[in-house]
Amino acid sequence: MRRVIAVPPTLDERGFDLLVEEVTKLEPEGSVLLDARHVRWADPYGMVGLLAVGQVLRGRYEAPPLLQLPDSSEVMSYLGRMEFLTKAAEIFDIPAGVGPRKPVGPSNVLLEITHIRSHQDVHEVIDHVQDRAGTILTEKLNYSWADAVPFSIMLSEVCQNIIEHAESGGWVGIQTYNWARRLGRQVVVIGVVDLGVGFRGSLAREHAARFGDRWDDLTALQAAFLHGVTRFRDPGRGQGLKQIRSRVHRWGGKVSIRSGTARIADVPEWDDSPTTEDGLADFPGSQILIVLPARV
Amino acid sequence: MRARQTSALAIDLTRLNGRTVASFYSDLVTRPTGRAVRLGVEQQLAELSADQGPCLSILDFSQVRVMDYSCADEIVAKLLLGYSDRKGPSEVYFLARGLQDHHLESVEAVLERHGLLLAAEDAGGRSGLLGPATSDERYCWEVLIRHGRIARPELVPKSGLAEDVILPTLHRFLASRVVVSLPDDVICPVTKLNGG
Repeated sequence: MRRVIAVPPTLDERGFDLLVEEVTKLEPEGSVLLDARHVRWADPYGMVGLLAVGQVLRGRYEAPPLLQLPDSSEVMSYLGRMEFLTKAAEIFDIPAGVGPRKPVGPSNVLLEITHIRSHQDVHEVIDHVQDRAGTILTEKLNYSWADAVPFSIMLSEVCQNIIEHAESGGWVGIQTYNWARRLGRQVVVIGVVDLGVGFRGSLAREHAARFGDRWDDLTALQAAFLHGVTRFRDPGRGQGLKQIRSRVHRWGGKVSIRSGTARIADVPEWDDSPTTEDGLADFPGSQILIVLPARV
Repeated sequence: MRARQTSALAIDLTRLNGRTVASFYSDLVTRPTGRAVRLGVEQQLAELSADQGPCLSILDFSQVRVMDYSCADEIVAKLLLGYSDRKGPSEVYFLARGLQDHHLESVEAVLERHGLLLAAEDAGGRSGLLGPATSDERYCWEVLIRHGRIARPELVPKSGLAEDVILPTLHRFLASRVVVSLPDDVICPVTKLNGG
């Protein structure tokens, strides 16, 4: 029997949570159709999140999941531009005759959805992003040209997190948007997901014992995010997240990490998300969102 | 007593990175890259210092576009940590050159993390002390830079600092290899070793 899951019309951080909630309710037999026909908006976090959901479903069922693509030509245009459709075709069954659409309008893509499987991939991402980052950060976000370097450093650290801690591959994507209603400014959104062991799994062997019964996804996230705890004994490790937080804070941005059933975030004044969430629908690996607003 | 000679080994990190990891990256990112660069530096230093005594290793970052924290930790911090307590033929001093503002953020972060000091020289030849240091230590460093080579007993009157401040400061500088102890109780910041 085929189960149908409706992909939320707004496929962002919250949309991903809703999608995961539906996925966790699925019976283990049969097949799944993800109906994205009514998607009206998707950010990089939503896109890489959808790929991760597809990958999980692909591992769970005999038949690959079917993806019904959005009806909106505008949405299809930027999904194509982000190379989401190419990546999705590797995971989902996609109805025949639906190919990448011709992009419309100027590109706001800073980094197309990219598979991160090795440190070599991180090098390629940084190499690819450097010049574009300078242009987009200065033209759209009023940052200085020199900010392209700390932006690349932050991106390098967040991508390495996939390889070093998740012990699994993942995806990253970056795009700029005009958050006219929400913030009245342009933003750059970075989405990074992996399907690895998650923060709890990564830290468990070294740190779970001293937390006793309190050891769960949120505790693991707090240990890593707030205190720089890592599974490595090397004191030089565990600094990547600290430096990412510091840089995002300096740029007035938001960074959140979801792992397992919990999420932790540095929330700027323009956002009303909680700083911690627990009891979310369980999902493997970790999912990182970074939002950087334009300077005013 | 014969003055100790310090051999200078200029290591262009981009070139080394290119040779040991991949020739087309000028970006020092990821731990494996940093590790490979450091191993290359260590190998060169081992070959050089095996028969020439103490040496000065100039780490030239001028052609490096991006250096992330992981790479800075693997190259800068681990190099300094690896040589900080060694004596004899593998006695090595490090001097950073060509560090730009965007490198400094990563370098300072890892020095802070490990409590390390690193001597640096900017494009104009000005000496700097990177890493966590007290105001007395920074002042003492400035005095040392001003004088270049100075006899240890002269440091108290020249700096105006008390001996109980000078002694631990010099001890830390020597242990961190940012100053060199020369014959006749003379000390010299590594940035001034070549008469700069």
